[in-house]
Amino acid sequence: MNRAGVIFGLLLTVLVPLSLLAGRVWIDPAATPNAAIILMELRLPRAMLAIAVGAGLGAAGAAMQGYLRNPLADPGLFGIAPMAALGAVASFWFGALLPPAIAAWSLPVFALVGAALAMALLALIAGRTSSGAGGGIALFTLAGLMIASLAGSLTALAITLAPNPFALSEIVLWLNGALTDRSWREVAIAAPLTAAGIAVLMLASRSLDALTLGEDAAHSLGVNPRQLLGLLVIGVGLTVGAGVAVAGIIGFVGLIVPHLVRPFTDRLPSSLIVPSALAGGCLVLIADSAVRVLPLITELRLGIALSLIGAPFFLWLLLRMRSGRL
Amino acid sequence: MTLVATDLTLERGGKRVLENVRADLAPGTITAIVGPNGAGKSSLLLALTGLIEPVSGHVELDDHRLDAMSPADRAKALGFLPQHAEIAWDVAVENVVALGRLPHRDRGSAAIEAAIDELELQPLRHRPASQLSGGERARVLLARVLAGEPRWILADEPLAALDLAHQLNLVSNLKQRARAGQGVVIVLHDLALAMNHADRAIVLHEGRLAASGAVEGALSQEMIRRCWGVEAKWIGDEGHRALTLEA
Repeated sequence: MNRAGVIFGLLLTVLVPLSLLAGRVWIDPAATPNAAIILMELRLPRAMLAIAVGAGLGAAGAAMQGYLRNPLADPGLFGIAPMAALGAVASFWFGALLPPAIAAWSLPVFALVGAALAMALLALIAGRTSSGAGGGIALFTLAGLMIASLAGSLTALAITLAPNPFALSEIVLWLNGALTDRSWREVAIAAPLTAAGIAVLMLASRSLDALTLGEDAAHSLGVNPRQLLGLLVIGVGLTVGAGVAVAGIIGFVGLIVPHLVRPFTDRLPSSLIVPSALAGGCLVLIADSAVRVLPLITELRLGIALSLIGAPFFLWLLLRMRSGRL
Repeated sequence: MTLVATDLTLERGGKRVLENVRADLAPGTITAIVGPNGAGKSSLLLALTGLIEPVSGHVELDDHRLDAMSPADRAKALGFLPQHAEIAWDVAVENVVALGRLPHRDRGSAAIEAAIDELELQPLRHRPASQLSGGERARVLLARVLAGEPRWILADEPLAALDLAHQLNLVSNLKQRARAGQGVVIVLHDLALAMNHADRAIVLHEGRLAASGAVEGALSQEMIRRCWGVEAKWIGDEGHRALTLEA
C-alpha cells in the first residue's frame, strides 16, 4: 500500500462513524430511541453503499485516465453508465413482465443487463478495430461516446413516452442518482460486483503504466493491447454497472478522484487504482452525508450535488491544463 | 544473435506498405533504415520489433520466429524507441527509466542505475517529466530502453527532434551500445548522419528494398538519384561526409 492508500484508508475509517451519526436527525447512540435499528438497518447499509459506489467510480476513473492518457477522462466515456441507466429506465416499463420472484429486483437486474449489453457492444467494436500499431484507443473511445449518445437518446425517448406523470417523475428522480431508502439488499448487489471490478482493473495496472510511454512503446514492452482493452471493459463495466444499478447516475466522481489522489503518489496509473477506490468511497460518503444534513425541504439528490461540485472542478482542470500545470 | 526479415510484406490500413523485403541484421553494428517519405521505413522497424503482423513473410530472432515468441520474451530482447517522445503523466525521471524493466518484472534492478549513469541522468533523476527539455527527454527515453537490457535497440527517427549537439550525443550513446555488442537499428531521414555514423544501410523505395549493405555502397550517388530523384554529391572525407544537392 502506498502513501495515498494509507491516507485515504485512514480518512475513510474516520468518516464512516461520523457519517453514521450525521443526518436530518443526529444520532446520539446513548439517547436516541431505536438508535441501533436506525444505525444497522438505515445508515450503515447506506454508508456501505456510498463506499461501494464511490470506490467503483474512483477506481474506474483512475483506470480510464491511465488508459486514455488523459486527465479529463471519465468512466462515462465507454458508454457503460448511460446504457445501464437505459436498462434501469426500461425496467420502469417492462419490469412488470418479469416473474414475481425477481420482479422486486427488476431495476438493478435491468441496469446490469444494460451495462452488460454495452460491454458486449464494446467488445464487438474492439474485435473490429485493427490490433495494429497506434490509434486504436482513440477510435474505441469515439465508439464508446456514440454508445453513450445512443443510450442517452433512447432514455430521453422513454421519458417522453412515459405512461403517466407519476412514472415520469419516478424515472427523472431516479436518473439523478441517490442513496436514499437503500438497504442491505442493494449492498449485496453492489459490493461483490464492485470488488470484482476493482480486482480486474488492478490486473491491468502494469499495462497502464507502460501506456504512459504511448501505445507503440507499451506494445513493445509486452503489453497485449486487446487483453488490456478487455480488462478495462470488464473492470469498468462491473464497477460502473453495479454503481448505476443501485444508485442511478452519479457523475464526476471518476473524473475528480484521481486528481485528489495523484499528488500523493508517483503519478503512475498503477499507484492510483486502489487509493482512488478509497478516495472515491470518501468523496461519495462525504457528499451523501452532506445532502442528508443540508437543511432543505426535500433532500438534495446526491447525483445533482456531485454535479454541482464536479462541473466547476472540471472547468478548473481545463484552465490548469491550459496553463500547462497538469 | 541475428535479426532476420524474410520476404516481408506488410499492409497498414488496407494499403500495402512493404513488399517482399529482406533484411539481415547483425549485432555489434548500427544499421540505418533510410528512404524517401512513404518508403515504408517506420513500418519495417515496427515489423522488426514484432509490433505489426506481416501479411506474408516473417521475422526471426536467432532462428526463432517473433510471432511465436511470448510478448515478454520479445520485449526483453527487442528495445523499441518510438518517434514521439511521449511521457503521459508527470512522472519522475527515475520512474520513467524503471518502466523499461516492466517485461522483467523487477523494478529495483541495477540495470536502472546503470542506464541512469550511462546517460548522465543522475542530476535529473527526481525531476518530473514536464520539466525536461527536448534533449533531456530523449536521453530519458533512451535510458528507459537501456534499462530493459535488450539485445537489440530499434529506434524510429531518434534524432529528428534534437539540435546538433544533442544529436551527436545520442549518436555516440548508440555507437557505444553497438560497440558493447548490442544490435542497433535506426530509421534516419538525414543521409549524412547515416553515412557518417551507421555501419550498414537498408534503402527502401516505394515499399521495396532498393539496396542494403555497407553505407558507402548502399548510399551511393547513383542510389540517391534513383530513389530520391535528386542529383547529389558526397563531399568531404570518410566519417565527415556532407551531401550537396545540385539544382
